[in-house]
Amino acid sequence: MRFAIAGNPNSGKTTLFNSLTGSNAHVGNWPGVTVDKKEGVYRLKNSDNTVTKINIIDLPGIYSLSPYTPEEVIARQFIMDEKPDLIINIVDSTNLERNLYLTTQLLEMDIPVVVALNMMDIIKREGSIIDSEILSRKLGVPVVPISALKSGNIKSLMSKCVEYVKTPRTGSSFLPGTALSGQYGKVLELVNGHHIKHPVFHAVKLLENDSIELMHDAALSAGIQNLKLEYEKDKKPFDYEAEIADLRYKFITGDVKPDVVKVLKNLGARNSEKIDRILTHRVWGLPIFMALMFTIFHIIFSKDFMFLTGFGAEEGLSSPGILLKGYMESFQGFIMMKANSLLESADAAGWARGAIVDGLLKGVCSVLTFLPQILLLFLSLSMLEDSGYMSRIAFIMDRILKRFGLSGKAFIPMLMGFGCSVPAMMGTRTLASVKEKRMTLMLIPFFSCGAKMVIWATVVPAVFKNNTDFVIFCIYIAGVVVAILGAILLKKTVFKGIESNFVLELPVYRYPRIKSIALQLWEKLKGFLTTVTTVIAASTLVIWFLQNFDLSLAMVPENSDLCILKSFGDAVKWIFVPLGFAQDDNSWKLIVAILTGLLAKEAVVSTMGVLYQAQGYDTAAPGYDPNVQSQESVTAALAGVFTPLTAISFIVFNLLVIPCFAAVATARSELKNAKWTFFIIAFWFATAWITSFLVYQTASLLKGVNLTNVIIAIFIIGIILFSIFRRKNKKDKCAGCNKCSKCP
Amino acid sequence: MIIKLLGKFKPGEKGVVEKLTVLGPLRRRLLDMGITPGTEIVFRKAAPLGDPMEIMLRGYVLAIRKSEAEAVLMKMEAKS
Repeated sequence: MRFAIAGNPNSGKTTLFNSLTGSNAHVGNWPGVTVDKKEGVYRLKNSDNTVTKINIIDLPGIYSLSPYTPEEVIARQFIMDEKPDLIINIVDSTNLERNLYLTTQLLEMDIPVVVALNMMDIIKREGSIIDSEILSRKLGVPVVPISALKSGNIKSLMSKCVEYVKTPRTGSSFLPGTALSGQYGKVLELVNGHHIKHPVFHAVKLLENDSIELMHDAALSAGIQNLKLEYEKDKKPFDYEAEIADLRYKFITGDVKPDVVKVLKNLGARNSEKIDRILTHRVWGLPIFMALMFTIFHIIFSKDFMFLTGFGAEEGLSSPGILLKGYMESFQGFIMMKANSLLESADAAGWARGAIVDGLLKGVCSVLTFLPQILLLFLSLSMLEDSGYMSRIAFIMDRILKRFGLSGKAFIPMLMGFGCSVPAMMGTRTLASVKEKRMTLMLIPFFSCGAKMVIWATVVPAVFKNNTDFVIFCIYIAGVVVAILGAILLKKTVFKGIESNFVLELPVYRYPRIKSIALQLWEKLKGFLTTVTTVIAASTLVIWFLQNFDLSLAMVPENSDLCILKSFGDAVKWIFVPLGFAQDDNSWKLIVAILTGLLAKEAVVSTMGVLYQAQGYDTAAPGYDPNVQSQESVTAALAGVFTPLTAISFIVFNLLVIPCFAAVATARSELKNAKWTFFIIAFWFATAWITSFLVYQTASLLKGVNLTNVIIAIFIIGIILFSIFRRKNKKDKCAGCNKCSKCP
Repeated sequence: MIIKLLGKFKPGEKGVVEKLTVLGPLRRRLLDMGITPGTEIVFRKAAPLGDPMEIMLRGYVLAIRKSEAEAVLMKMEAKS
């Protein structure tokens, strides 16, 4: 048996799914967290002690079965094509009116529906009264009051479903008995003649001029258009779309609600309004948002927690993020030491020890060190989501994004990009337009992610010893600035005429739920560990191999110029020479670091860790601690490699270039289009190269002049400025719209 | 009774939807979200940068851009 859970965004769908299946689908408090359908299994214990297994499918949250966002299309197609045995329609009883709108559409299908009246604990607590029995009588299907969060009444919901699934159900509409009952009857007759499944649903959608429906059956749609014309002969043209939506709501507010809702206090909405008076305040809204974001970064990254040194403390206090990272480091140092001595006592061959300790363990550990900080970042983001503040961020930021043809909703995936591009890219599924989605996907990697942070933490202290924190902060800002410039450029060129809508529900504020956040972090942890044990582990092994063997596959001494990596790095060196950091004989190491970074950004540091080992360093020496060695001494070694300017160029390139293999794969699956995937990869590479080039060459200009480079720089700047301002010039010369001040 | 676009409302004003003057997907969305003729809408406040607006209808809160709210024709009590 297969049951599908359908309901409005934010109605508790995913919470119900979690308590049914024990699974850990991601729950949040901003519309549209379930970005794809999820499946799990529920085991119902029968009275005779047998167990019935039921597959549960969690559909994305939808407001209606009319196609608007891709999610609504997914949900509708699933119900139509995959034919679940029953739909559990979860309804937020604190927001009955709009939630039942979807219910009236689901009821039109030939599928058994059971309404799960969720959040009844809140209704009871605030002293409101909703009569589920009368609601059941009005809708003609079973209604079970539940509390998904507290797992209240879940079992009786499921036994009701299992009992009800046996009775076949034909769709029913509210239209008979309304002003449209005549037309509806005729359309239904016509549809029935075509022997399609779900005749009632199709009849109503056809009457509504639904865009998907009209494409399905040309003969049928033509017949219906004729029928409508006949009705309109003696009357004015009729707006079926608005009329049916209106009648649906009238059915809910007129026929259903007055008898069902006895007392409604709506305390949640009132409390939310009070909170919003502060959090989205006209003056304080933006500063509060900024302060909150700063606090999050401060907790995770600061080495001077709460700015104690500013109050006269001798030494800065480590923030929780830095503290946890420290523990992680010493734990890993211990593991690596043990592994090394274990291999030593087992008399392992030199190459095997090298491969395991220098290659595999070092690479994996240099990344694992950042696990606590990455989890903290996700913890903060999920608290923002769960509480309902995330949709307020979209609300506050919409005005800014509108300028670039995006909506405030696109800001949420971008913000999540500070954590990791992969979930951020998945979050773009809530965006209604394809153009907006593509553009957001292109911009997300410019928001410096947790993995890139590893690079900044290694490179910046090597060159900018005294103002590390300020420089790192500037890197984040630089990413955002490039995203803005990129957005302007894209809007003028590739996405000409892009326009966004912004119609977003602001859900009631709720306390973040520990259980759901814990589940979410567990999911993230699993994902992270999978990346580390697969992509990172494999790439470090490959790098180690390429570095220790030459082209004839003979092992070469440490740091030898004969290794395959060097040949490879030198072969592509010419690409990076104009960027400044590839000008001496050793710069193949940086190039290789960048290239491995295309697999995963953490690998930039793990590669540099392997390649910049101090000369004559004996990995076999007793007490060798490669982990301690990796970060500190890489930073020390890099001090001689970079000048401030080449460091900046190197940083900018890594900030903007193709983020990682996982992100490319995610972008590919989101775009569902090979050409666009290729374009997006080229875009990232080009942006990185051009920006680094401009930064390096412009700064070099102030020192010494190299004519060719200057010409190339001016040429590129010219093209960019031209494409940005070309449209504006056209607008200035208005052709005579008679509306603007520039009309001739 | 005066007729006014929802997008031209001042904070705190309320009225009743008369009709929607836009076509296409946006119209569908507005209808689905419950902005149908006869619905009472209160404009609570604008976002910090002046747009979008926060409106209350059918017991829940919706954020909508002013440009989109221009598509909603409202009827409201004339000020006494």
